[in-house]
Amino acid sequence: MQLYLPIADIPVNIFLILAMGAAVGFVSGMFGIGGGFLMTPLLIFVGIAPAVAVATVASHIAASSFSGAISYWRRRAIDPALALVLLSGGIVGTTLGVWTFTQLRALGQLDLLIALSYVVLLSTVGGLMLWEGMRAILRVRRGVVVPLRRSGSHGWIHGLPLKMRFKRSKIYLSVVPVVLVGLIIGFVGAVMGIGGGFILIPIMIYLLRVPTSTVIGTSMVLTLVTMVFATLLHAVTNHLVDAVLALILMVGGVTGAQFGARAGQKIRGEHLRLLLGMLILAVGLRFAIELVIRPDDLFTIRETGGAG
Amino acid sequence: MTARSLLATVGLALSAAFAIPPAHAERLIVSVSNHRVTVTPNYSGEELVLFGSVEKDAATPATRTNYDLVVTVSGPRADMVTRRKERKFGIWVNTDYRQFLDVPTYLALFANRPFDAIASPDVERRQQLGLKNVLLTQRVGTDYADVVPNDPFRSAFVRLRSEHGLYREATSAVTFLTPTLFRTGIPLPAEVPIGTYDVEIKLFSDGALVTRTETAFEIVKVGFEQFVATSARQNGFVYGLVTVFMALMTGWMASIVFRKD
Repeated sequence: MQLYLPIADIPVNIFLILAMGAAVGFVSGMFGIGGGFLMTPLLIFVGIAPAVAVATVASHIAASSFSGAISYWRRRAIDPALALVLLSGGIVGTTLGVWTFTQLRALGQLDLLIALSYVVLLSTVGGLMLWEGMRAILRVRRGVVVPLRRSGSHGWIHGLPLKMRFKRSKIYLSVVPVVLVGLIIGFVGAVMGIGGGFILIPIMIYLLRVPTSTVIGTSMVLTLVTMVFATLLHAVTNHLVDAVLALILMVGGVTGAQFGARAGQKIRGEHLRLLLGMLILAVGLRFAIELVIRPDDLFTIRETGGAG
Repeated sequence: MTARSLLATVGLALSAAFAIPPAHAERLIVSVSNHRVTVTPNYSGEELVLFGSVEKDAATPATRTNYDLVVTVSGPRADMVTRRKERKFGIWVNTDYRQFLDVPTYLALFANRPFDAIASPDVERRQQLGLKNVLLTQRVGTDYADVVPNDPFRSAFVRLRSEHGLYREATSAVTFLTPTLFRTGIPLPAEVPIGTYDVEIKLFSDGALVTRTETAFEIVKVGFEQFVATSARQNGFVYGLVTVFMALMTGWMASIVFRKD
């Protein structure tokens, strides 16, 4: 069944979009991430303009992270103080991101920036996760038990000023790196059309040493608020949010996520991380190949505004 | 206004009217099958039909029957940028670009036989017959001009628009049902731009323009599509709020429907 999208201005197959939403939702439920890094490229692949894809996916991620955040809230797995500090940076980052997005769109370099950031970010994060996952699996095979480094092991981050106690997470941490992390995630999310969960969660675990009990729930709150904010800003400045497309994606996404979450519980943690790492790396490599090989068509056209 | 000046005005108008189509007196009567195409949720392209006839009168040389017809359909105009990728530091980057000013977003040229058979190259150029002769104004530095048809940016522009079915040229699309009765289809792709479309019909005989006429149709979004598109443009903030609200509702509904405990 074909459906005409009012903002993207193209007809799409409604079942294809629903299936894409469900598939990405499944993956996001399984790994506890937003899935924007899969959704945006998929939309671009079916012919939706990158700018519309980025802006629309923001609202899709808002929906899935809200449903996730609610269930984490019920389980008291969200640290409100930590979420607030992250958000203070996140809001600023998102504003900067949408502004950059608008500027680059005018310069005609938006597609390049989106592609480049996908390559750099996804290859790095995917590669690291893959490496980590393989080491963890090998360790389990050999029967080596590595104690998780917890409080007591102080890195350079703990030497920073403006320390604050985050009760629910039971950590005592400077707000500087927390605000910075929020800022970076907000910026990257707005420009790339991703929630940033897959970067945020490792940073929070390895760098900020947030316990795993609160990490996913708290990161979801950050994702939720930055994506709500990004949707609003994209709607106001670029008029590119396609509500019809977003609704189909959301319905598919939240449904798929439920099944993904159930499937995820059946897989061992280190295998899950290995799989996610492979997935992220694959998307990154796909973008890299696209940049390096000669494109089929060297020319592109973009409308710059009506003249009458 | 005195009677004399009125007469003079009428006389001037009459002579002006006669000056455009020289001595011949053919007239074109045309109509489009639909003057208002509506884009609905299940819109996926459409084809309009233009039909018409050549009306002769006493002044027309009786022997003249070998008519040629060229139909030009041009959609709403817009500024567009064509960019070219080049290899820089091992990756393909947009570098050079040309701006096309006030060019039709949809352009279709139909004829009953190849343009070079209808008229001489000179007439083809003057009457803008064929995609290679249509005026596409570019900004060249501080100047505004069209360039040679084989300019790489111009040909890439025409090619890309053609790939989307937005620019087209068909020299066998116009069919004469009788020597004076003709029809042609106007295919509109799914990605058709919204707006007013001008249709210009030119009648040629023996390589010279005999007469021309114009008609128009419009493509409009209606109902929900229209509502969404205009509210996104005009009330971005409210539109954003509604989208966010919709997202939150969907998320909340999902958390209730799939609640495990």
